[in-house]
Amino acid sequence: MHDNEHTSHHHEESFISKYIFSLDHKTIGKQFLIYGLIMFFVGGGLALLFRWQLAYPERPLPIIGASQQYMDEGEVATGADRMWERIYESEKEEWLEVNMPNGVIEPAFYNMLFTMHATIMVFFVIVPILVGTFGNFLIPLMIGTRDMAFPILNMLSFWLAVLAAIVMAIGFFVPGGHAAAGWTGYAPLSSDPQWTGVDWGQNLWAISLLIQGFSSLVGSINYITTVINMRAPGMTFFRLPLVIWSLFIVAILLLLAFPVLTSALALLIFDRLAGTTFFSATAEGGGDPLLWQHLFWFFGHPEVYILILPGMGIASELIAVFSRKPIFGYRSMVYAMIAIAFLGWIVWGHHMFQSGMRPGLGSVFMTTTMLIAVPSAIKTFNWLGTMFRGSIRFTTPMLHGIAFVSMFVIGGLSGIYMANTPVDIFIHDTYYIVAHIHYVVFGGSLFAIFGGIVFWFPKMYGRYMNDTLSKIHFWLTFIAFNCTFFPMHILGVGGHMRRISNPMQYEFLQGFEGMNIFITMSAFTLGFAQLILVFNFFWSMYRGKVAEQNPWQVNTLEWEAPTPVPHGNFGQIPTVYRGPYEYSVPGEEEDWVPQAQPEHAPATSGD
Amino acid sequence: MLQWLPENVSTFGQGVDNLFYAIYYITLVVFILVMGTLIVFLFKYRHQEGQRAHYIEGSTTLEIVWTAATTVIVFGLAMFSYPQWNNIKSPTEFPDNPDVVVQVSGKQFNWDMIYPGPDNELGTDDDLTLENELHVPVNAVVHIRLTATDVIHSFFVPQLRLKQDALPGRSINVWFEATKAGRYEIPCAELCGFGHSGMLGYLNVHTQADYDAWLQERWPQ
Ligand code: HEM
Ligand SMILES: [Cu+2]
Ligand SMILES: [Cu+2]
Repeated sequence: MHDNEHTSHHHEESFISKYIFSLDHKTIGKQFLIYGLIMFFVGGGLALLFRWQLAYPERPLPIIGASQQYMDEGEVATGADRMWERIYESEKEEWLEVNMPNGVIEPAFYNMLFTMHATIMVFFVIVPILVGTFGNFLIPLMIGTRDMAFPILNMLSFWLAVLAAIVMAIGFFVPGGHAAAGWTGYAPLSSDPQWTGVDWGQNLWAISLLIQGFSSLVGSINYITTVINMRAPGMTFFRLPLVIWSLFIVAILLLLAFPVLTSALALLIFDRLAGTTFFSATAEGGGDPLLWQHLFWFFGHPEVYILILPGMGIASELIAVFSRKPIFGYRSMVYAMIAIAFLGWIVWGHHMFQSGMRPGLGSVFMTTTMLIAVPSAIKTFNWLGTMFRGSIRFTTPMLHGIAFVSMFVIGGLSGIYMANTPVDIFIHDTYYIVAHIHYVVFGGSLFAIFGGIVFWFPKMYGRYMNDTLSKIHFWLTFIAFNCTFFPMHILGVGGHMRRISNPMQYEFLQGFEGMNIFITMSAFTLGFAQLILVFNFFWSMYRGKVAEQNPWQVNTLEWEAPTPVPHGNFGQIPTVYRGPYEYSVPGEEEDWVPQAQPEHAPATSGD
Repeated sequence: MLQWLPENVSTFGQGVDNLFYAIYYITLVVFILVMGTLIVFLFKYRHQEGQRAHYIEGSTTLEIVWTAATTVIVFGLAMFSYPQWNNIKSPTEFPDNPDVVVQVSGKQFNWDMIYPGPDNELGTDDDLTLENELHVPVNAVVHIRLTATDVIHSFFVPQLRLKQDALPGRSINVWFEATKAGRYEIPCAELCGFGHSGMLGYLNVHTQADYDAWLQERWPQ
C-alpha cells in the first residue's frame, strides 16, 4: 500500500494503528477483503477435495495420494508412497492417516469437508466481503461523511471476525475432526456427539458462529446508525445509491436474524455440553429435532437474502453507470428490496416441506415463497429496463454486472421449482438444490463481488487492476462456473442426492459417472482461475496503472473524494443536489451529473 | 432436461411429473424471453461513437404490468399444486383401507421394515422385522408409519416421486400405490452420519401372486 497521502492537518500514525488496529472505515473494509479472499481459498480448496471424491470415488487424490501399486502390494513406488510409509510407521495417529489414508477421502472426512466448505463460504467469505468490505468502504464515502458512527465498534467487528476464524480453524485439528453435520447442522446429528463421533469440532463450530454473530451484530448497529444519522446535506433517503439501500436493509436483517441463530447455537451447546435435550426427542427430555430446523431457517432464509441483496445493489450501480442511464424504476427497486426483506421472514418453511412439518403448513409456505419471487422478478425487469436504449460500455465490471443478472435469472427460476411443494418432494435434498444455491450465491453474489472489486479498486488502492487479466479471469470464471453448476440441475432431475460421498453405490445413479467427472474438471478449472484474480489483485496494488480521481465518470459521492482517499475522506463535506443516477440528462453537455455538482442554468445548446 | 427423470411407477407420480413439466416449459419460455431481450439489448444499445443514452427514469405502467404478470403466473402454479400436495402428504386425504401397513424405521445406517404380521397389529409377537427389504404388492395402497431411532433420515424412492424425512420420536404417515412390479432403491436422502452414503434399502413391488407366495413363505399357515 502506498503512502502518498498528503500529510495535512492530522498527525502521523504508527504502522499498528494505521494497518492493524485501524479505526478508519476504509482500512477496515480492506482488511475484511483480504480476510474474505483468504477464506475463499480455504473454502474453495475443501470443495476441490470433495469434488475429487465425487468424480473418482475411493481413488487416491492426485499428487499426495499413494500409487495403485503401493495400495495393492505395499511396494513403495513414488514420493507420495514414501510419505505414506513414514506416516504409517510413526507411532502416533497422524491427521492424514485418520482422514485420508493413502490419499483416499474417508466418508466421515467427506462429511466434514462439505460442512466446512459451506460454513466458510457463507459465514466467512460472502458476508464478510459483501457486508464487511463493501459496507465499510462504501457507506461513509457514498453518503458523504468522514467515517462510521462508531469507529471502535467497527474495529471490534473485524477483530471478532478474526477470532471467529481462528476458533473455526482450530476445529480442523481437534480429535474427532471438525463439524460434519452439514452447514445447516440438523439436530440430533449435531446435538449429540454419539451420532457422528465429532466431539469438540462441532462445539467449536457453534462457538465460532456465535462469535461471528457478535461481529455481525456490532457491524450492523454501526451501519444502521451511520446511514440514518450521518448523511451529507441534501442526501435524502431517496437520493441514496441502491447499493447503500441494500446494505442498509441487510444491516437491519442481520440485526434481527443473527440473534435467532445465536440462541439456537446456545441451545445446541447446552445440548452437547450440559446434557439438555432441546433438540432430542428422548422420552425424558421432551425436546424436538424440528425445533432446530425452525430456528435455523428462521435465521437462514433472511441470511440467504443477506447474501444476495448487496449483490443486487452492486449490480445496480454497475449497470446504471455503464449503460450511462438512470436506474429504471429507482423507487420500485427500493420497494422491491424492502418487500424482499419483509417477506424473507415468512418463507423459512420452504426449507422444511419434507421435514415432517404439518403438510398444511407446506401449502402456506409455498404461497409466501411464490410471493417473494415477485419482487425478485421486478428487479430483473428493471435491470433490463436500465439497459434499454442505453449506451452500454463493456468494461470488466459491467461484464460482471451482466453475468450477475443472467445467473440470477437462472437461480430465481430454479427457485420456482423448489417452491412448488409436489415438485420439491422429488428434488429436495438432491443436487438440484446445490445448483440453485450456487447460481444465486456464486453466480449472483460472487460475480457482483468480483465486479465490485474491479470497479472500486481504483478508489481503494489508487490504481487500476490489470484489465487483460481481469477479462481473462471473468471469462474463465463465467464459463467454468456454468460448466460446473449447470449440469447439477440434471443430476438433481435424475434424483442424485446431495451430501453422498459415493454416487456409484446406487444403481439408479450409474449413468451419472461421466457427468460427475465433467463437473469435477470444470470445478478445478474454476478454482485455478481464481488464482488469476488474486495475482492481479496484489500485483495491481503495487504495479497497476495509476488511476485518476473518477475514472469511470460516476455520479456518486465516493468519486468526489481524492484518490487515494485520505483519512477523513473529504476536504469539505460535499452537498448533494440530486439523485445518484443522473446520466445522459438531456441538455447537459456531459453524459453524467455528479450528485455534488451545484445546480446551474441548463446549457442552451441541445445535444 | 426432464428425460433424465427416473421412470415413474406410482399413482400420484404422474401428477408430480406434470407439474414438473409445466414449470419446466414456463420457466424455459421466461428464460428465453429474458435472455433474448438481454442479448438484443446488449447488441443494440452497445456504445457507439456519437450516440448518447436516452434519459428514461422508468415506467409505472410497465412496473404494474410485470408485477401483475409474475403474480398471476406464480399463483396459477400454486393453485395447481395444492391438491397434488395434499393428495400425497395430508393423512386426511389418503385412500382409506390400506392393503398393506408397514412400519419403516431409519437407523444408522439401515432401514428396518416392520410388518405387523397376521394380526395386523404392530408391536405384537408376530411382527416381522426385515432389514432393508420392503415387499408390497403392485396396484395396492400401502401405508407406511415412518420413524427413526437415532437421527433424522429421509425415505426416498425416486421412482415413486416420494420423499419424507423420518424423525426420531415421531411417526409420520406416508402412502403410495406402485403401478409396476420391480425392485427399486430406497436411498436415505438426509445426512445421517458417516454411513449416510450407501444407506440403501429396496422396495420390492410384486405381482399379487408373487406377493401372496411371499406372505405364505413368511407366515406359513
Ligand atoms: C426467486 C427466488 C427464490 C425462491 C423461490 C427460492 C426458493 C428456495 C427453496 C424452496 C429452497 C428449499 C429447497 C429445498 O431444500 O428443497 C431454497 C433453498 C435455498 N435457497 Fe433459494 N430461493 C430463491 C432465491 C434465493 C436467493 C436469492 C438465495 C441466496 C442468495 C437463495 C439461497 C438458497 C440456499 C442457500 C438454499 C439451500 C439451503 C440448503 O438447504 O442448504 N435462494 N430456495
Ligand atoms: Cu429460503
Ligand atoms: Cu442418511
